[in-house]
Amino acid sequence: MTSANTVSQRSGVEVVIKNVTKIYETRDGNELTALEPVNIEIAAGEFVAIVGPSGCGKSTLLGMVAGILPISSGNINIDGQEVRRPHPKVGVVFQTDLLLYWRTVVDNILLPIEIKGRQRSAHLSRVDDLLSQVGLAGFGKKFPSELSGGMRQRVAICRALVQEPGLLLMDEPFGALDALTREQMIVDLQTMWQRLNNTVIFITHSIEEAVFLADRVLVMSPRPGRIDLDLRIDLDRPRTWKNRAEPKFFDFMVQIRQIFETRGVLTKD
Amino acid sequence: MSEAQAERERLRRARGRTIRRVTESLAAPTLIIAVLMLWQFSRQLLGLSVFILPTPLEILERIATDYKLLAIHSLVTIVETLAGFVLASVIGVATAFAIFYSRLFERAVYPLLVAMQTVPKVALAPLLVLYLGYDFAPKCFLAFILAYFPIVIATVVGLKALDSTMVNLVRSMGASEWQTFFKLRLPYALPSIFGGLKVGISLAVIGAVIGEYVAAERGLGYLQLQASSQFDTVLSFAALVIISVIGVVTFWALEICEKRVVFQREAAR
Repeated sequence: MTSANTVSQRSGVEVVIKNVTKIYETRDGNELTALEPVNIEIAAGEFVAIVGPSGCGKSTLLGMVAGILPISSGNINIDGQEVRRPHPKVGVVFQTDLLLYWRTVVDNILLPIEIKGRQRSAHLSRVDDLLSQVGLAGFGKKFPSELSGGMRQRVAICRALVQEPGLLLMDEPFGALDALTREQMIVDLQTMWQRLNNTVIFITHSIEEAVFLADRVLVMSPRPGRIDLDLRIDLDRPRTWKNRAEPKFFDFMVQIRQIFETRGVLTKD
Repeated sequence: MSEAQAERERLRRARGRTIRRVTESLAAPTLIIAVLMLWQFSRQLLGLSVFILPTPLEILERIATDYKLLAIHSLVTIVETLAGFVLASVIGVATAFAIFYSRLFERAVYPLLVAMQTVPKVALAPLLVLYLGYDFAPKCFLAFILAYFPIVIATVVGLKALDSTMVNLVRSMGASEWQTFFKLRLPYALPSIFGGLKVGISLAVIGAVIGEYVAAERGLGYLQLQASSQFDTVLSFAALVIISVIGVVTFWALEICEKRVVFQREAAR
């Protein structure tokens, strides 16, 4: 069955994070614990959001999953394979788009293909497909400087998705965008994810963004980082802005907020 | 505002834009012609002799009549300049890469480079004659040593300007350091490298001519000395004009290369 085949190819991979810590050595030789032992099991195709205040180590955790930061202890398995270097099935979207200004939109999206030494021409139709999915059909030959901030971040998402990653890591991807653009990006991301059905780890500061997008929200406490709450968001999909008016939606937000209140990140008023 | 009024207003603005563009493009040629005319007539006004200040027309006339002599000597100076410059580019860029990649090399070599830069290198010229003789070598070396330092510094600055998150991005795609260098570091540093090369080429011309002042049997610097000793001020000025032309043309040549190799951020706007 070809259709089943494509689905399995595009669906997500499992991620197991076991007793992972991060300890930095400071300049004066002291040790600084950025992350206390973290244990997370993420099922294939699950959308997990991690919410936490600045400096709680959530980006550090993501860097370790991406294979670009060394793990101090414990281990991370992606698709049953221990992470020692960047895993080929992983795509990363950062807070800023990090597009190369001397490359066109298409050439930026094809960068991971080039780096992996694959045929560019074999992926061109996929690039077109992705661009039309994010509403940028016909923008392939433009340069990043000709695009708005929101469009550039859409291109960055296409770049992460071009290699059909089983796991998509997003580090506050909409943090640098204006509120209105962010609103639309959240909805579009949900649509794309529903089509691709890959695993996503999404880091954010926004409680609302996390509840709207995720199957599961992990709440992290301030340094040293630790998972304080693992909340399953069982709202139907596709979710729309109207879902925000639901008591259940509000309830989830309150639960997350209360964690931050007890940790002193937010006050009670 | 009526439509006719609006139309008139639009035409008025368009006319304003055109006038501004024409004025801007004519500014430099107008100034040059004005200065040349002032020079042309100032000798008669001030009552100076041709030995003190030849007019532009006299210099031009001399260039036309003595073009063979000037061409022979120009060729010598050009070869010295280019040889020194090419040497400085190759060794300078290589030094910069070594400084960038090796901390030890940076620690060892950088102070030496800076110390070397504070030595008035022109003062080396008489010594170079002693060590390298009267021929091609000392001029070439002087051109090299003057051009070397700005090329090294500009290349190092260009390589170091790259943001570490940019490096993380390509590493997350599984790029080797080799790929990181060619896909990211080098294109990112190119505008800065070209800045260094452009400073370097102007200095290389100066180096070659100074080398010829000290001890030579050929070259424009030598020709100038000869002319001055015979009170042939016109020929001395003619040589000076040719030296300037060499400087300008080599600089332009580099700019043309730069436009072909380096993507201009502005070009896309």
